Amino acid sequence: MSALITLLRRELALAWGKGGGPLVALAFYTSVATLLPLAAGAAPQRLAAVAPGSAWLALALSSLLSLERLFERDYEDGALDLLSLGPLPLEAVSAVKCLAQWISTGLPLAALTPIAAIALGADPRLIPLTLAAALLGGLGFSFVGGIGAALSLGSRRGGVLVAVIVLPLFAPPVIFGAGAIEALADGLNWTPGFLFLGGYCLAAMALGPFAMAAACRNALS
Amino acid sequence: MITFLANPQRFMDLSRWLAPSLGVLAVVLACVGLGMGLNAPPDYQQGATVLIMFVHVPAAWLGMFAYACLAGSAFFGLVFRHSLADAAARAAAPLGAGFALLALVTGSLWGRPMWGAWWVWDARLTSELILFLFYVGYLALQAAIDDEAKADRAASILALVGAVNLPIVHYSVVWWNSLHQGESIFVKGGPLLSAVYLWPLALMALAYTFGFGALWLTRIRAEVWRRRAGALAVQAAR
Repeated sequence: MSALITLLRRELALAWGKGGGPLVALAFYTSVATLLPLAAGAAPQRLAAVAPGSAWLALALSSLLSLERLFERDYEDGALDLLSLGPLPLEAVSAVKCLAQWISTGLPLAALTPIAAIALGADPRLIPLTLAAALLGGLGFSFVGGIGAALSLGSRRGGVLVAVIVLPLFAPPVIFGAGAIEALADGLNWTPGFLFLGGYCLAAMALGPFAMAAACRNALS
Repeated sequence: MITFLANPQRFMDLSRWLAPSLGVLAVVLACVGLGMGLNAPPDYQQGATVLIMFVHVPAAWLGMFAYACLAGSAFFGLVFRHSLADAAARAAAPLGAGFALLALVTGSLWGRPMWGAWWVWDARLTSELILFLFYVGYLALQAAIDDEAKADRAASILALVGAVNLPIVHYSVVWWNSLHQGESIFVKGGPLLSAVYLWPLALMALAYTFGFGALWLTRIRAEVWRRRAGALAVQAAR
């Protein structure tokens, strides 16, 4: 247990340390949300119709871009070799890294999501659900995206490859999360979409670490 | 069956005649099926465009079937570390991507006269597109890693992760009600399709399957030869 906590503290320290950490992801999120009215037109009605979905899409993209180097740095400087020799199995290491990623980047992004949705013109009564979906979805994005980050270790292309691998995997959470928010906006029952989102994220947390560990072992072998 | 084929020499002996015979069978069945389809009466709603079904539906099926083959090979490659399974996974992916793309293109050509739109964001179309993107991701990942064995294993892990997507593709019809034609062949109480269309469709589906088998075996054979050639080149260089 103490090894897990030590690893978590290390990951958080690295994420919050040099290089801006989550601020870069937040800046990216803000940039995407800024470009949307410029691309889709700033007419309030048109914007309000797509606001919850766009905020959700921007969350998916920012989560993706901030985790592409989740394993890369440790792989390059040899820390991943040490971790694979350590007392923790690589499955636990991967899970802790994804959890740290969610705490350091996912939580701030989730806090920003309702703000962006409101700025784009979404109905304020959507805030609680948007925040809850962003918190839960961020966890799923982090664990699924970690698979892409681990698989692309040692490849010649970095970021674009991770995006190509991971974005199709993001389809179910995007559907369920945006679907739940849309349903609430239309006065329909939002629970099925939200529960599906929860189920997807739990499955990602349960199965993702095994895929990540297998990918790391393959890259280290 | 699997253990029998796991011996590369036995596989090569078997596929040497099996691949061309499957290919011939596929061509014959496709000729008969297309002939029957062309002679079938035009649909009362869709007119002659119903013919697209004979090319479109089997392609969509094979797109999914090829992914099942890919995931199965990936599983055997990962668990038993068998080079033939790796070769099979590597060989199946571009074929599956081709079938999925064919289904998307023919579906788009069919959708324009029938729905009045080249593309609608309905569940099945979107899932087929996502399936195609999975193939693209698989191929991209494999191409990006230099070490062949590592590339195969990484891509196999991705293929298994993506196999979760396959049931979603199939059951999306049930999950989301949509514009797309619902399930009409494997339903309770027998097919809703009339026999004049069902027979050519069945023949075309068989033709596609055999065609896929022939191409897959040929590609695996080519992959085995390529590896042998590589090994011989290394040996000669010593």
